[in-house]
Amino acid sequence: MNTKSSRPAGGGRASMKRELPERFRSYRHVWVFIEFEHGRIHPVSLELLGEGRKLADQLHVDLAAVIVGSGRAALHEVAATTFSYGADVAYIADDPVLADYRNEPYTRVITSLVETYQPEIMLLGATVLGRDLAGAVATTLKTGLTADCTELAIDGERSLAATRPTFGGSLLCTIHTLNYRPQMATVRPRVMAMPTAQERQSGRIVEFPVDLREEDMITKVLDFLPDTANEAAQLAFADIVVAGGLGLRTSENMQLVRDLAQVLGGDWGGSRPLVQKGWIPAERQIGQTGKTIRPRLYIAAGISGAIQHRVGVEGADLIVAINTDPQAPIFDFADIGITTDAITLLPTLTRVFRQRLAVNRMAG
Amino acid sequence: MQIFVCIKQVPDSGQIRVHPVTNTIMRQGVPTIINPYDLFGLEQALRLRDRFGGEVTVMTMGPPMAVDSLRKALTFGADRGVLLTDRVFAGSDTLATSYALSYLIRKAGETWGAPDIVFCGKQTIDGDTAQVGPGIARRLGLSQLTYVSGIDDMDLTDRQILVRRRGDHGVQVLRSRLPVMVTMMEGSNEIRRGTQADALRAARAEIVQWNAATVGISDTSLCGLRGSPTVVKKVFAPTARDEKAEMISTEGISPSGMAEALVDQIFSRQPGLRDDLFRQAAGH
Repeated sequence: MNTKSSRPAGGGRASMKRELPERFRSYRHVWVFIEFEHGRIHPVSLELLGEGRKLADQLHVDLAAVIVGSGRAALHEVAATTFSYGADVAYIADDPVLADYRNEPYTRVITSLVETYQPEIMLLGATVLGRDLAGAVATTLKTGLTADCTELAIDGERSLAATRPTFGGSLLCTIHTLNYRPQMATVRPRVMAMPTAQERQSGRIVEFPVDLREEDMITKVLDFLPDTANEAAQLAFADIVVAGGLGLRTSENMQLVRDLAQVLGGDWGGSRPLVQKGWIPAERQIGQTGKTIRPRLYIAAGISGAIQHRVGVEGADLIVAINTDPQAPIFDFADIGITTDAITLLPTLTRVFRQRLAVNRMAG
Repeated sequence: MQIFVCIKQVPDSGQIRVHPVTNTIMRQGVPTIINPYDLFGLEQALRLRDRFGGEVTVMTMGPPMAVDSLRKALTFGADRGVLLTDRVFAGSDTLATSYALSYLIRKAGETWGAPDIVFCGKQTIDGDTAQVGPGIARRLGLSQLTYVSGIDDMDLTDRQILVRRRGDHGVQVLRSRLPVMVTMMEGSNEIRRGTQADALRAARAEIVQWNAATVGISDTSLCGLRGSPTVVKKVFAPTARDEKAEMISTEGISPSGMAEALVDQIFSRQPGLRDDLFRQAAGH
């Protein structure tokens, strides 16, 4: 049937008065799940601490970091980092079973933490890990979860107003979880600003005892193959992305795209038709059924900008479009456009960028 | 083996228009498609059936017109289609959806045999939440394997499955035990062209239709709008991304001139990025 987002506006939903049941009224504080994998805190967790701090201040409650993993020293170090990014409290669940992310033990631990300490809001990154975990936790707790929020606010009744795009960004909707707690939301990386760390902040650490046995775990992690810097998997996280479309005319011209990306230290990809033609591998596809990117700079060369492509790139800070057709839809959502043949412009653009950076290298 | 594939009929996003005054989706005449992410699960299901034998059952919850998507799935080679349709499901959010689907899957399991694998789409192109698959797994006690980029091995005797799963920083190689709920990564395969025989069979096939009562849902307060903890309070159009693109002039200008102007424009709009590039170039 219709999901939330596919329901049309209006229709009396807003007037539906829902009361928060008694058992949820004592739920307090804002929690941020800290993604800590392979010795790294995911930046989105720190961004969420910044956002969570604002919500907690407005509600006059604490901001807590939820840290799950294995190894006391490492987890306490993570806690110290979260304090410098605004957390008042850190809940630490430390167990060898939690060393690598797995849905089952993580869901169990988070669910039991929530039931014990009863937060009113819980935020997670809309990453692979966050999405895998949030859906399972929300279902277990039978509470509301709003995915990929772009704006979070508190309304008059201590309620979290979670705004998210729907239908590929053509509409936004604001969603509330009125009569369940915690109110859960995920936010994609780079949507919220990275807060500035404050040195030597301290906070309260709560060590949460867990009772997990490896032999009870159905799913085993046999191996982990980390991404190397140049792999296609990094595309989604690249600061600069250059992509090509059918306007490049031949698969050989994709090299022009790769050359520019290399000079800029960025990554490269292409539109769906290029995958279908076999010019680029599927993992380099940018757009609705491919990668969603949110780089600081996106350069689209010879891409017309169909809606399926648009939804994958419009999170970019700056979109530059090169296309011979002045009517191409890409110029409707690009920030800077140039109507010229990408095949001619790309090598020149690569040369100009290289020169500017070289001049600066000498100056440095 | 029994494989269930959950699909969703969605409006073709390329054709969506938003009413300029009321900010509602204009659904009239918008063609529907099978959610593209679901097809990666369907193809994987068909490949497993080719190798291990058994049946692939496609299922969905939706309005009566969703039979079209099920029939389409049959043209690719699925064995049967089941539709769960009932007014009580109207307005379901992801929690209420996974509630209804878990009953649908249980009933289908009682009818044709319990599933070894339930495939769900990684996410849909309209709701885009990626929450229903995990919800189903949780409710049915299936091991949850999302973002799977490949199924490397499966053993029906000792019920083991070996998968590669795309994580945020690399690939996890996981061994789990059937039954599992799997969502496949996009690009992990490509949906086959069905055969002529499949097309003929699909055209004639009877799509099984069940309602809330048939699948055994007695408490409808957990369905649809009533069973949805999330409430949409407001729907509105985003503020337009500036105006149109700022165009770099090309009239009588050499490619070098254009490139210089373009770089100037990029750097003036993104001074932070410029500084970072310069720092990197200087080797800091």
